[in-house]
Order: sequence, then C-alpha cells, then structure tokens
Amino acid sequence: MEENMIKKDFPILNNKNMVYLDSGATTQKPIQVIKAIENYYENNNANPHRGAYDLSIKATECYENTRAKIAKFINAKYTEEVVFSKNATESLNLIAYSYGLSNLKKDDEVLISIMEHHSNLVPWQRITKQTGSKLKYMYINDKLEISEQEIKNKITPKTKMVGITYVSNVTGTINDVKQIIKQAHSVGAVVIVDASQAIPHMKIDVQDLDCDFLVFSGHKMLAPLGIGVMYGKKNILNQMPPFIMGGDMIEYVYEQETTFAELPNKFEAGTQNVEGVVGLGAAIDYLEGIGYEKIQKIEQEVIMYAREELSKLKYLELYITPNCNNHSGVISFNIKGIHPHDVASILNEQGVCVRSGNHCAQPLLRSLGIDSTCRASFYIYNTKEDVDRLVKALNITYKMFEKYLKQN
Amino acid sequence: MDDLSNMYNDLIMEHSMNSYNKKKLKNSDFCELGHNPNCGDEINLEIKFNGNIIENIAFTGHGCAISQASTSIMIDTLKGKTIDEAKNIINIFMKMIKREYVDNESLKKLGDAIAFKNISNMPARVKCALLSWHTMEDILNNKYGK
Repeated sequence: MEENMIKKDFPILNNKNMVYLDSGATTQKPIQVIKAIENYYENNNANPHRGAYDLSIKATECYENTRAKIAKFINAKYTEEVVFSKNATESLNLIAYSYGLSNLKKDDEVLISIMEHHSNLVPWQRITKQTGSKLKYMYINDKLEISEQEIKNKITPKTKMVGITYVSNVTGTINDVKQIIKQAHSVGAVVIVDASQAIPHMKIDVQDLDCDFLVFSGHKMLAPLGIGVMYGKKNILNQMPPFIMGGDMIEYVYEQETTFAELPNKFEAGTQNVEGVVGLGAAIDYLEGIGYEKIQKIEQEVIMYAREELSKLKYLELYITPNCNNHSGVISFNIKGIHPHDVASILNEQGVCVRSGNHCAQPLLRSLGIDSTCRASFYIYNTKEDVDRLVKALNITYKMFEKYLKQN
Repeated sequence: MDDLSNMYNDLIMEHSMNSYNKKKLKNSDFCELGHNPNCGDEINLEIKFNGNIIENIAFTGHGCAISQASTSIMIDTLKGKTIDEAKNIINIFMKMIKREYVDNESLKKLGDAIAFKNISNMPARVKCALLSWHTMEDILNNKYGK
C-alpha cells in the first residue's frame, strides 16, 4: 500500500502506462518539488544577493535557507561547507582544478577505483598529466567489490588524493568508503566521495564518514536537473583558489587585481540556479518526510525481489555482487548473445524503460570484459509489479531472438 | 510492438545473427573501422575493388542487431556496383532514413535495405542503422582515388 501511495505523488508515472527503471540516470519528480518551483517563480523570484528590495531578499532567503537545510541533511559542521554547483560532475571538476591543480606535485599519486563514473576519472587524468602526478586504480574482485587488501595495497605514502564512488552506478556495489577514508587519512591523503548513487538511498553523514569532500547531483534524488552540491571541509575549502571567476564571488575588483569573497560565495560565480536550489530543498523535505529507514525498507524489498526473479532467468547474465547487503539501487544485466541496445529497444516497446550502454564507466566495463549492459535501476516509487513487468518483457524479448540464437 | 515487429523481422534477424558477409577478405584494397563509442559498436569494413567496380565487401566486428544487419544488407546491395552507383545508393538510403522525399524508382535500388525505412520511428536506433553506411561513404569519398 505504502508503495502505491508514493507513486501517486509522481505525475509522470501516473500519466503513462510505463515502468520507469532508470532512476540511476535521473529520478522522476514528485508534485511537491514541481509545486515548490512553481511557487518560487510565482512569489519569490529575483536575483539573490543583489538587490536591497524585499523580493531579492526573499530570493536570497530561499537560496540560503536551503543551503542550511542541506548542511543539516548531510550533517555538515558549517553551513558554508555546502557549495552549489550544476551537478556532481561540476563539483568534481571544481575539486580537481582547484584543489588538485594547486596541491599535486610530480610523482604524487591520485588513487581512484575502477568503478568510477567518467566524471570522477577523466578530470583526474587531465590533472595528473598536467601536474606530473600519477593516476592509480583500486580494482574489484570477482564479487565486484574492492577488497580490504586492495585498499591497503593501493593507499601508500605517495597517495595524495583518493576519489571513490560510494555506490557504483553499474554494479550497485556499496563501497566501504569509511575504511578507505580511514586508510587514506593515515597517510595524509584527502578523500573525495562521489555520493551521487548513494544519497538517494541512504543517510549520508559527512562528519561520521570524515570525508574531505563529498559531491552529489540533485536530479538523482527527486530534485530538478542542473543543481548539484560540493561539500568540503571548511579548512580545506578556505585554502583553495576559486574555480570559476565572475560576479558574486569577489570582494573588491581593481583593474589588475581582485580579492575574493568568503566561503561559500567564493565558489559560486554568476547568478545561481535558485529554482534548482529551491527544488532540491523540497526534495529533501519530501525524503525526510518519508525517512531513510522507510526508504531503505521499500527499496530493499523491491531490489531483493528483483535479484531473486532475475536470477531465475537462465538466459540472463547479471553483474551484481553476491553479497546482497552490499548492493543498492541498480542491476546491470545482459541477455547472452543479444546486444543490450536491442534488448532496451524491445523492452521500451513494452513500456519498460531501462538504460543500455556503457553507463559512463568504460574502464569498469572493459575490466569486466564487456562493452555495454542493460541497467534497471530502482527507486521508492518502484514496486514488485514493476519487476514482474520487467521479467515478462525480458521473456518476450528472449523469445524473439531465441530461434536465431540457436543457429549460432 | 508494431514498429518493433516490423524492424526485428526475419530478414534483419538472419542478417544480424548469421550473416554470410561477416568474414575476413583476402587481399582487400581498403579496410576502415566504423565505430560508435556511445554503444561500443565497432564494424570493420573490407573492400576489394576491380577498377571502379566494388567487387567484394565483407565485415567483422560487433554491435547490435540493427547495426549488424544494416551492414550485411548494405554489402548485398552495393556489391558489384560502380563507385558512382554505390555513392548514389548510399545517398538514397540516408535520405530515406531522414524521411526526405525519395521516388519509388530510387527506392528500388536499395534492395533489401528498404527494410530500414521505419527505423526513424525508433530515433534511438538511427545511428545504429547508419553506422556502416557512413563508414562506406567515407571510404568512397575520401579514401578511394586519392
């Protein structure tokens, strides 16, 4: 019953007879978020931080109150540790270009995992090449997990920065980020946690994790597209140079010199996406209204059922960890002998939306010996019936190809 | 399912899963890799010319059913044609897929490749159908005769 109550809040899921299984790419939005944005433009819109008039003050309040709400949501010590960005990708580029470029030296090592999304990988290739430092990888074992031994082996006194995804967007593996952070701190390295695939599903506490940076995109947690967050420890952020230059991130500008604003404005140049910030605030209210405990209960039930039902399909190859307690959100799979794009197209014709491709994680797929997969990803509005429809559609897809496969 | 059952028909399934054109060529004159990094599809075309006639074409590589079938059917259609004829047919195929006007006489020149007429109903798959045709066009326009 509870599941259906949640689905009712999402107009797009009620308008169409479809099964949406691509929340790992972006979630659908509840009416509460849509209305919050509408309300912002109907009642509160102006350029924040600029005007002395009431409306601009209101817009500033919308913007800054949400920052405080996010700080509380992720348990940041200081509100100004929350910096708004376009998405997790921009947050990671900010860290790479600002912290990375000014701190990495020749022969230093940046360590990331083979599971990283391109957004936490390509910037590090660029920065390590530019600084003469080295990019190293933590690899996964046959359980699709990073072992404790791998963490211990790869974090060395040369390691200066570690980038790690909390949850893989391909395998759904939950990484032991706490262990990685502990190990990295023991050699004095800073750790960046990509929480994009984690924060929609589990409580994030940056002080408990003790991460130095943490990034996420709003649109994967019910908020609108185009708003993201970079959390960083205050003492580190204070020492970092700004990333993007422009209005609102300055104190005094002379013809040849500029002094920069304090945190967090130093990292927020130009007019910001207040609509997105307001939407993110509403998304957090919505999630907290349900509570992570309940969210996990709903999701675990559906994903366990999906693991069980998909495992029964003999023609399917699953790319998931056998350790079900270490698995969140997404299930990647292939029908043996059939290209995932064909599978996704045929599922689409049956109203089932899954992603197919390399999921912006080419090095991971290459290490698994494949170039693409189908991926079904689940969220609070998904039900066991959605899993049943996926299974039914997969069976039909397999039947279409079966007689041709046998000739091979 | 209408567009799909149209698209994943016997002709396309046979060509994609069991193509006789999927092999290496001995003594090919040109070899060109067409790839679509978004899906990881890679198709290697090999061509043997006899004067200005395309004597033989074959392909290797991997990709979805649409890209594999489109490659194999393209080979059937273009084999034995002169370079100018082949360029013309490629042009007709691309126009058909972009839903531009093509007269019936021209459409006949496509042979079985007319099976891809409705691929524009599946916009996500247009790239797959065009991959090898673009690669072939590239060979004929830029590589051959230079």
